[in-house]
Amino acid sequence: MDERRPRLNPANRLPRRLVALLAVGPATALAVFFLWPFATLLAEAVDGRAVGDTLRRGTTWRVVWFTAWQAVVSTVATIAVGLAPAHVIARYRFRGRRLLVGLLTAVFVLPTVVMGAAFLALLPTSLDRTVWAVIAAHVVFNLAVVIRMVGAVWEHLPPDMEAAAATLGASRRRVVTEVSLPLLRPALTAAAAIVFLFTFTSFGVIRVLAAPGTRTIEVEVWRRATQLGDVGGAAVLSLLQLTVLVVVVGWSARTQRRHSRALDLRPEAPRRAARTRAERSTVAAIGSATALVATMPLVALAVRSFSTPTGWSSSAWTNLGRTEIRPGIRLGIDPVAALTNSVRTALWATLFAVVLGALASLAIAAAGRAGRLLDVGLMLPIGTSAVTIGFGMLIAFDTAPFDWRASWWLVPVGHALIAIPFVIRTTIGVLRSVDPMLGAAATTLGANPTRAWWEVVVPMLWRPLAVGAALAAAISLGEFGATSFLSRSGGETIPIAIERLLGRTGSLLQAQGYALATILAAATIVLVTIVDRVQERT
Amino acid sequence: MTRRFNPIAALTVAALALAACGSDDPAAQEPATITLVAYDSFPEADTSLNAALDEFTSATGIGVDLLIAGDTGTMLAKAALAAGNPEGDVMWGVDNTLLSRAIGDGVFEPYPDAPTDQLPADFVALAPGGEAVPVDFGDVCVNYDIGWFADAGLAVPSTLQDLTDPAYANLLVVENPATSSPGLAFLLATIDEFGEDGWKRYWADLAANGVQVVDGWTDAYYGSFSWVGGDRPLVVSYGSSPPAEVIFADPPRVDAPTGVIESTCFRQIEFAGVLAGTDHPTEARRLVDFLVGDSFQSELALNLFVYPAKTSVPLPPEFTEHAVVPATSRTLDPALIDANRATWIDEWTSVVLG
Repeated sequence: MDERRPRLNPANRLPRRLVALLAVGPATALAVFFLWPFATLLAEAVDGRAVGDTLRRGTTWRVVWFTAWQAVVSTVATIAVGLAPAHVIARYRFRGRRLLVGLLTAVFVLPTVVMGAAFLALLPTSLDRTVWAVIAAHVVFNLAVVIRMVGAVWEHLPPDMEAAAATLGASRRRVVTEVSLPLLRPALTAAAAIVFLFTFTSFGVIRVLAAPGTRTIEVEVWRRATQLGDVGGAAVLSLLQLTVLVVVVGWSARTQRRHSRALDLRPEAPRRAARTRAERSTVAAIGSATALVATMPLVALAVRSFSTPTGWSSSAWTNLGRTEIRPGIRLGIDPVAALTNSVRTALWATLFAVVLGALASLAIAAAGRAGRLLDVGLMLPIGTSAVTIGFGMLIAFDTAPFDWRASWWLVPVGHALIAIPFVIRTTIGVLRSVDPMLGAAATTLGANPTRAWWEVVVPMLWRPLAVGAALAAAISLGEFGATSFLSRSGGETIPIAIERLLGRTGSLLQAQGYALATILAAATIVLVTIVDRVQERT
Repeated sequence: MTRRFNPIAALTVAALALAACGSDDPAAQEPATITLVAYDSFPEADTSLNAALDEFTSATGIGVDLLIAGDTGTMLAKAALAAGNPEGDVMWGVDNTLLSRAIGDGVFEPYPDAPTDQLPADFVALAPGGEAVPVDFGDVCVNYDIGWFADAGLAVPSTLQDLTDPAYANLLVVENPATSSPGLAFLLATIDEFGEDGWKRYWADLAANGVQVVDGWTDAYYGSFSWVGGDRPLVVSYGSSPPAEVIFADPPRVDAPTGVIESTCFRQIEFAGVLAGTDHPTEARRLVDFLVGDSFQSELALNLFVYPAKTSVPLPPEFTEHAVVPATSRTLDPALIDANRATWIDEWTSVVLG
């Protein structure tokens, strides 16, 4: 095999014009809602002095160094910790499996400011506000990425390859290192890239759990722009952040392509119950340890919704629908309205993300170099500071007929930009691994190449797309950063309402904030569990 | 081929169905509708403050849309970026620590004829060109847990200097002034007390006495304050936190569980003004007039937990019973704050966080 040239799976091959047609939607969205605002902000706010000042400042390099090393350590740790549960969840049938995936996903998508507070309550005091607390939180919060992304491929790997190796006398360890891991390598790289993006741009976890004064680039961008009014300096830092990420994501996309192989993917999940006693105890041990890690922060949230300074109380729950706190005193934070608003936003965001993500996936799988560019480009919004995007949109969309500054759809579009890479990552692996013989067979039976693609490749898309849709909806429900920097006039989403409740004095309000966070967690778990069920049935 | 679940179709149907339930309503677009830009603790709907805005609309025929632009720092940074082509017509809530920057960045269009005669002259003088009018004020103060001090048999500290007394070692939690607005206000209070020469030594003493620094107000109050389950009975919070503890208590209570150390208070004054470049200058000015008028001013206390700038407006009883207006609250010249903010924060960081 020629390692130099990325190979395309022939099943995905399409006429050039059709590829361009698939790519035009996602590429336009990226250009209009990401590149243009970012470029406008750079052009408007950055000058030679901002660049010079930022690069000369000693803290800049301290912040960059800290951001990079904690992200590398967090990513390696997350992958290492996540492999065993990913294997167990992908390969075995056991009670509570779907619920476990739902729990992990909830932990991943809940706003980090809220989860950070819950995590802090669980930590031993000696770990409070140390970098180890930050890394531990990063591992727990991002476990779902490894389990879902690696698991999605792992459950499709034909188990007979592993069985064959075992029959030929390979030890279990050899089966894993020489058969499973090489096959999983693209998925592992993809998961690592996403975890790296999230930890490299970590904001809420750092603010709540790190020692005061310890900052990632993301926190420093926010601080410079909003606390010091130095938007130019913030934009330079944001560009620095993006540069590092482009390199890392580009490398990851290359690795994924190089190592993806056409596999005989099984459409139905080959999951089985644990057979031997050793297997049973391994599955039980890993399953319950993972469940414990995922449940603890969520339980901490729920407990706090019942806790007041003077004892336990359920009034945060019984009063949740009431906006009149005392006679004549209203809070102006309406949880029910926030819930409706969040659901509406999530539906639109998911619609945008699924349509654009599916088109992008098909185009990326069919195209060579240009596909790689689109792939990397669509990952960038996750790695760009929310402040920069929010501020960029503010000045890019400020003149009629493009005065979109307070448009209701800007928030779902922002959420979709963050969710699209997840849709792509869950679908692209499957597309690339479609058995080329299927395409060849269809052509032999008389279908033209496009028709063969339509009959063979496109149907493979629905299952990963359903998973991607659930992730997109969950991401939108929990999204805080981008939402908070876009001006809004149409009511607030749940995470914003939580932040507002927790930002005010009064035990009732605090308990209500945690009650709302518990509802958000529950909604996420239900959503993910339902879609996983639908996906397994069809 | 069997029919598969089609997520795109399902989502389209669901999204359209919800949108049909009424997300936007184009009927409200009359020519005389202006936009009030406010920070994120301003209630969006449902409160008596919003009802007061409706009163303005019924009296003048001018509609008011609310645009929430983030916390005060974010709101101002955005307004500065968009100066001349603003997101709205009137902005509510720039405080005295940020006022100078707002004026310098040309965010406001001066309105020297604003009806300020019944507002405190020293507040009005902070925007000498009439760029903005004072609308409300409040204090950032060290709060203490009354029960904790009673149980410990310890006298409540009464001055900033007391906080460095070993008797109060490891009892105080403050917010980082680099990331928090009450944190910055408290730093300014100490600069006011100890002067440009003395404040760094004071903070070195505070650090030696075990002051805890956290990122923001929520972490300090809900993460560390002993009244809500933490281990520190002294916290930098607001002068209006004690009445809020009564009004939003669960279960209801009659006395505030916390108190305020008056001599530590720093005064935050908030301003509103017409945004430069507005398409509706006349309507915007009428709204500013209304914001400092009796009906709107009287709704501020219980909705934003601040004092109305118009001091003749009566305060609600819940507020007067438990809130303390310090006789002498500290302030610094906004221009001085703006010129030194970044330096002070850097110096503070190296003294306290090393």
